[in-house]
Order: sequence, then C-alpha cells, then structure tokens
Amino acid sequence: MAVASSDTAIRTGRVTRTFLYLVLLLFALFYMLPLYVMLVNSVKPLSEITGGGMMSLPQTWTVEPWTKAWNTAQIGVESTGLAPYFWNSIKMVVPAVAISTILGALNGYVLTKWRFKYDTILFGLMLFACFIPFQMVLIPMATVLGKLGLAGTTTGLVLVHVVYGIGFSTLYFRNYYAAFPTELVRAAQIDGAGFFQIFWRILLPSSGPITVVCVIWQFTNIWNDFLFGASFAAGNAQPMTVALNNLVQSSTGVKEYNVHFAGAILAALPTLLVYIVAGRYFVRGLMAGSVKG
Amino acid sequence: MAMADVPRGQTKASAPEKDFRTKLQEWLPKLVLSPSLALVAIFVYGFIAFTIYLSFTDSRILPFVGADGQPTYDLIGFANYEKLFKLSHWEIALTNMAVFAGLYIVVCTAIGLMLAIFLDQKIRGEGMLRPLYLYPMALSFIVTGTAWKWFLDPGIGLENIMISWGWESFTFDWIKNRDYAIYTVVLAAVWQTSGFVMAMFLAGLRGIDNEILKAAQMDGASNWNLYRRIIIPQLRPAFLSAFVILSHLAIKTFDLVIAMTGGGPGRATELPATFMYSYTFGRNQMGIGASSAVIMLMTIAAIMIPYLYAELREKK
Repeated sequence: MAVASSDTAIRTGRVTRTFLYLVLLLFALFYMLPLYVMLVNSVKPLSEITGGGMMSLPQTWTVEPWTKAWNTAQIGVESTGLAPYFWNSIKMVVPAVAISTILGALNGYVLTKWRFKYDTILFGLMLFACFIPFQMVLIPMATVLGKLGLAGTTTGLVLVHVVYGIGFSTLYFRNYYAAFPTELVRAAQIDGAGFFQIFWRILLPSSGPITVVCVIWQFTNIWNDFLFGASFAAGNAQPMTVALNNLVQSSTGVKEYNVHFAGAILAALPTLLVYIVAGRYFVRGLMAGSVKG
Repeated sequence: MAMADVPRGQTKASAPEKDFRTKLQEWLPKLVLSPSLALVAIFVYGFIAFTIYLSFTDSRILPFVGADGQPTYDLIGFANYEKLFKLSHWEIALTNMAVFAGLYIVVCTAIGLMLAIFLDQKIRGEGMLRPLYLYPMALSFIVTGTAWKWFLDPGIGLENIMISWGWESFTFDWIKNRDYAIYTVVLAAVWQTSGFVMAMFLAGLRGIDNEILKAAQMDGASNWNLYRRIIIPQLRPAFLSAFVILSHLAIKTFDLVIAMTGGGPGRATELPATFMYSYTFGRNQMGIGASSAVIMLMTIAAIMIPYLYAELREKK
C-alpha cells in the first residue's frame, strides 16, 4: 500500500466534493447502524423497544440487560448467562492461537530459508486447506474426535482450530520471511549456527509485526467461528457464538431483545477491542490473506 | 533451494557422532515441517477423501462400524447424487445460492469500488472513515446477524420505528416474507464485507502511477475518462481477488443465515451450507449430506485452485 500521493492528478470541483462527502458520510452511518442499534437497545428496558423506540436513546437507562445476559439469561436449558461460555471461548482461543502461530512461524521459516523440492506445492496444499468448505470435514472430524475421546470438549475444538488455522499462519510468516535477507541466514550458517539458533537469534527478533498480524487474524477467526463450535461442542463446552445463538433463538418465554443485544455486544467485545487497539494489523492480515497468496 | 546444503566439508573428517549431528541438521527443517504436513494430510485431504467415499454410500448415522465389526453401510454408486438433485430442498438451496452469490458479489464490488474511488480524492477524515467501513469484518456473523434480525423484524424493527415516527402505512416485512427474505441476507452480508472490498480497491488505486494520469490529463482526458480508460482497467488484479474472496465467502455462508432466519421462513433462505448441516446432523442422511458437501467443494475448488496456482507461480 503506497502512501497517498502528494499531488493527485484528479481534481474535483466544489459541488462534486460536497457530493463525495455526503455519500461517504451516508455509508459511514450505514456501517454504524447495527452497532448503534445493539448499543442503544442494550441499555433500555424492554418496553421501550417493543413500543417502537428502537432508534431512540433510552428514556430510562439500565444495565440490567447486561447483567442478565452475563449472569442469569437462559442458555439452552440452564440459566447460567453467557459468562461460562465466554470463558469457554477464551480457553479455546488462547491455546489454539498460540499453537497455530508457533507452527506457522516455523513452517514459514522452513519454506523460505530451507527450501527443498516441491516445497511450493506443499505450501499450496496447506493454503488450499484454508478455503475448503468445512462441511467437507464435519463428518469424519466428528468420528475422529469421538475416537480420540475429545468429542464435545474444548480440547477437541482447540485441535480443530489449530489444524484449520495452520494454512493462514504459515502464509503470513512465509510471505514475511521471503523478504528477509537470506544472506544473513547463510552467514550465520557458515559461522556454525544451527537450525533453531538461526530462527531464534536472527529471524524471531524481527518477527514482531507479522506475529501481531497472525495472532490478531487467528484470534478473530477462531473467536468468531460458529460452524465448528455448533458441530463439535457439547452443551457445557460451547463457545460464545453458539451460546449467543441459543440465547437469541430460544423460543420459550418473552423475547428479551435488550438482553439479546447486550449478549451480542458481549460476544463482539473481544474482537472489537482488538480491532480498535490494533486495527491496522488486522487490515494488514486481511489484505495479506487475499491480495497476494 | 539454495539453503538446503549444510556445510559438509568440515564434518567429513570428524567423529561419527558429529556426522549424526550434521545429518540431523539436514533433516531438521523437514522434521519441523512434518507435524503440520501430517495434520493437513490427515485432517484436510484424508477427510476430504473420506467424505467423498461417504457420498457413495448409504450411511445414515455414526458410528460407521456396527457392534459386529461390520460396516453399517453399503456402497451405492452415484445414487446419493441422483437423489440430491431430485430433492426440491436442494434445488431451493441452489437457486438461493445463485441469487445470493450473484447479488452479493456484484453489490459488494460496486460499493467497494465506489467508496475506494471516493476516498481516494484526498478526503479529509479518510483515516476516520476507513476503520468505520471495515470494522464489520472483525465481528462474528452471529453477532451481526442478531442485530440485523431484530432491526429488520417488522414487530419491533424498521417497520415499527417508521410507524412510531408517524408513517402509519409503512410496511417492511421482507425478513418474514418467503419471496424477499433472501434479499435481507444479501443486505447483511454486503454490510459485513463491502468495507473489506473497499480496502482491496483502495490499495490497488494507491498503487497506480500518477505520472500516467497526469500525462493523460494533459492530453485533455476528463476525470470520467481517466477512470474508465486508465484507472479501472489497471485494477484488474483487485477485481480478480475481490471476486475470488467474495465467491468463496458466499459459498461458505452459514452462520449469517442461521442467526438471521434459520433458513426460513419455510426454506426461503436455505443455502447449500445450511442444507448440508441439516441433512447430516438433523435428519441423519449422512450420504446425502456428504454428497452436497462434495458439490460445494468442487465449486470452490474450481475458483480457488486456478487462483492459488497463478499466485504461487508468479512468486517464483
């Protein structure tokens, strides 16, 4: 991504510019709309929503929907709130992100600095694995998790996410290390440095940015996953997304929209925070995963 | 390939244990790569092979081996595929996919390109707008699906809002309407990814050489012609990437439908991904479920393999 050119060739008149700003602002409103709806309705009593006030600011402010979504809302058959499922997601995401990132870094290192015959084909096969429709692996995965005694557990989900996350993490580190001067590696080798020494002392110290990109990407993807969570996690091991869906779709009793919205924000909070803090790296990961394979 | 040789000369004369170390150093890279390769080989390609095999059997439920050690299914050739394409349920899913993917790809590309071009006009506040356009990509489809589901719900959402604002005759019940529900899914999906497409086009625009544009402008080309004749044709790689990414996202769309409509009303928003899920886990029709997954894989492979091949070859 080049820096914005200092003198653009395109010149626009005042009327055109007003129009541009108007359209851009309208789209900004469009993108903010669902977030606004979620936020504003998560802090008002249910009666205000059903009374046609979904777009208005709350007349009575209340945090009850939040505490209810977190502590006492009925998820499935139990009224535990979303809290235990939030922790399930954390317990799933942290090891899965760590393992897939470490493997990705090592793979990227081997694939760029210790090249061998057919390495590009092998990498291509790993990369393609990121794009397959995961419906293709659901049935055998359910069987294998059962055989390993991991059916319905968080450990099982960690395994699943590591396996299907390797492709992207390898892609990031491979593309990053490809630009790293191979001469340095060769020089270290002549000085007698071994495989891991070179990785540890030479490549790793300069891998900060790409590690951030990779961790953020894996974190966002794994946290937001629904298909694997819904297919493989038993009731009390379900991740946050599955629990949120259960909360919203439950057909018993009054539909507490404000609690649903509070729950939705709780489920969105971790990835949203990461985006706010390190959005630049998130976008970099997004682009690296698409524009250049 | 240059780095594969470890300096061998020095070790030749030394003790055999050092020889072992050298050999280890030579094998280490492949050794380090092998766990990942093994995982991918088993969990991706092995599983793909297994699902393809399953699609030629009449298996219905797990486990595949009965108590007597005999498999609980028979090979039945292409019967599942024949059955699949006779199911009206699958036909609906395919039709919906065509409508959804077509609109989703076209609208996302159009909005993304437009926003990118607009943002590229030295807009003040670009740094504020870009993250606003892109943040939906960081959210789960279940979260945004929930927001859209209730916002579009005629009982409490848009329709109710308009009525409470005094527009008594306003109706908007698309999400509950069999003929229109699929378009509400398109709306939510476009909302989620069009900012991403914008970023792809913006990166492309920023890569275009300004000198060419200035030269063309000296020759009297209008802004419109500059874009039509010079800039947009140069964005071809961005168009291709956008198409590939969007089409693979479209085929994999699952969570959004589950959160917004659950495939309903009726089967109005059923897509191949939700079809596969309900046939496999809901109806215990594993064979049919597997064959529908194979169709999905073939569609994605037809798009992704040539793309990845071209991208990886370029790099060499």
